[in-house]
Amino acid sequence: MIETDILIIGAGPTGLFTVFEAGLLKLKCHIIDGLPQPGGQLTELYPKKPIFDIPGFPSVLAGDLVTNLMEQIKQFQPGFTLNEVAETIEKLDDGTFIVTTNKGTQHHANAVAIAGGLGSFEPRKPILKDIEFYEHEDRGVEYFVKDPEKFRNKRVVISGGGDSALDWSVFLADIASEVTLVHRRNEFRGALDSVEKVQELKASGKIKLITPSEVVGFKGAERIESVDIEINGARMNVPTDFFIPLFGLTPKLGPIANWGLEIEKNAIKVDNALDYQTNIPGIYAIGDVNTYPGKLKLILCGFHEATLMCQSVYQRMNPGKKYVLKYTTVSGIDGFDGTRKEAEKAVVKAID
Amino acid sequence: MPQDVTVFITDREGATHEVQAPTDMNMNVMELVRMYELAPEGTIGICGGMAMCASCQCYVLNEVALPEMGDDEEAMLSEAFNVKDNSRLGCQIHITEDLEGLKIVLAPEA
Repeated sequence: MIETDILIIGAGPTGLFTVFEAGLLKLKCHIIDGLPQPGGQLTELYPKKPIFDIPGFPSVLAGDLVTNLMEQIKQFQPGFTLNEVAETIEKLDDGTFIVTTNKGTQHHANAVAIAGGLGSFEPRKPILKDIEFYEHEDRGVEYFVKDPEKFRNKRVVISGGGDSALDWSVFLADIASEVTLVHRRNEFRGALDSVEKVQELKASGKIKLITPSEVVGFKGAERIESVDIEINGARMNVPTDFFIPLFGLTPKLGPIANWGLEIEKNAIKVDNALDYQTNIPGIYAIGDVNTYPGKLKLILCGFHEATLMCQSVYQRMNPGKKYVLKYTTVSGIDGFDGTRKEAEKAVVKAID
Repeated sequence: MPQDVTVFITDREGATHEVQAPTDMNMNVMELVRMYELAPEGTIGICGGMAMCASCQCYVLNEVALPEMGDDEEAMLSEAFNVKDNSRLGCQIHITEDLEGLKIVLAPEA
C-alpha cells in the first residue's frame, strides 16, 4: 500500500504543480496517471506546440513546460504510479481514502485531488462490425503494443497514419514475421525519420504498405484469421494473426464518473468560493476537470486552484492550526530530499 | 459595424439550430457550436482547436466558400472515423462574412 498525504489523479500541469504547493506546506504527494509519462495532454497531444499565456513565459513549448514543472517539484519527491488508471475509491471511517487502480495498486491518502483534465486517454476504436468480439481474450485485435514478444514470428496488420502507426511498424518489422501497414492516404503524418525508416523497410520488403486503403472487416471463427482491406473500391483479403488499429487516443472521464461526485457538463462540480472541494469532503477537483460558475479551462487557473486546495488539505490535516503565509523568496524552500534553495544573502559592507 | 452571419447547425440528435455567428470575435465553427452548447462539453473541441482530435468533425451541406483545407486538417481527417467527402473540422473554419447561410451537420461522436 502506497501511503501519502495528497493523492493526485492526473500528471498534467495542474497535478504536477500541486506537488510544489503541497511541498511548501510539508505535505507529501503521489500521482497516478494512465499514460506512461507525466505531462498529460501537453506531452501526449502537443509537446511541440507553444503556449503563450503562462505568466512569465512569453512563449513556452508544452513539452518544456512539463520538463520545467518536473524540475520545480523534484525536491518534494513525488511518487508516481504511471500507466495505471484510478478505478475505485473507498472512504475509511477516519476520513482517509483508499484508491485502487485498474492494475490493483492501492494508495492510502488523507485527501484526493482529481486533476484529471479531460479524463484518461483511451484508444480511438474504428467502427467495424464484430471488432468488440475480437478485442477480448487474445482474439487478435490489440490497441497497444504492450508486450512485443507476443508478436514474435506472427503476422501483423497495423492501421493508421500517425507517429504511433509508423513507429510500431518499424519496431515490429524486426519481431513479427510479416508487417502490413494500412492507411487511408498515401501521405503519413509523423516525424521525418520515422517516415523515412518505413520507406526503407518497405524497399527492403520488411514492411508491406497498402495505401490508400482501409480495413473493413474480419474473418475468423475463434480468433482473427484474416482482414478484409478495401483499396480503391476493390476488396482484398490479407491473412494475419493480429490487427492493431492505431488511431490515437481520446480522453474519457472514465471510472471517476462513478465515484458519486456531482458531475455537470462532463466536469466535476466544486466549491469555488473556498477550496475546490467536491460534494465528498476530502476529495477535491482542480484544473480542467472541474466546473464552477465562470470556470475557464486554462493552465494558469489550474495552478491557482491547486494552491488554494493545498491550504484546505493543510487545514484538514492540522485542524485549528493557524497557517501563516510565507514567501519562497523570504523563507526559501526546504526539500524532502534535504536540499535547500534560498535567496542569496545581501552583502553588508562599506564601500570605501 | 461587422455583421453576424447566420449558420444552420444540425446537432448529433438531429435537431437543426439557426444561430447567429459573430464575425468580429476571432471565432471558428467549433467554438460556435460550444458557444450555443449544441454538443455537450467534453465531446467537442477536445484538443482545443489544433486539428488534432477530430471531435469537431462536421459535414458541409451547401456550397459556401470555405477556407481551403490545410495539411493538418487533411491528415487528421485521414485518420478520423465517419469521414465523408464533405467532412471538415469545425475548428479550422474561421467565421467570416463568407459563411452566410452555411449548413452543417455535426459528425457522430467517435
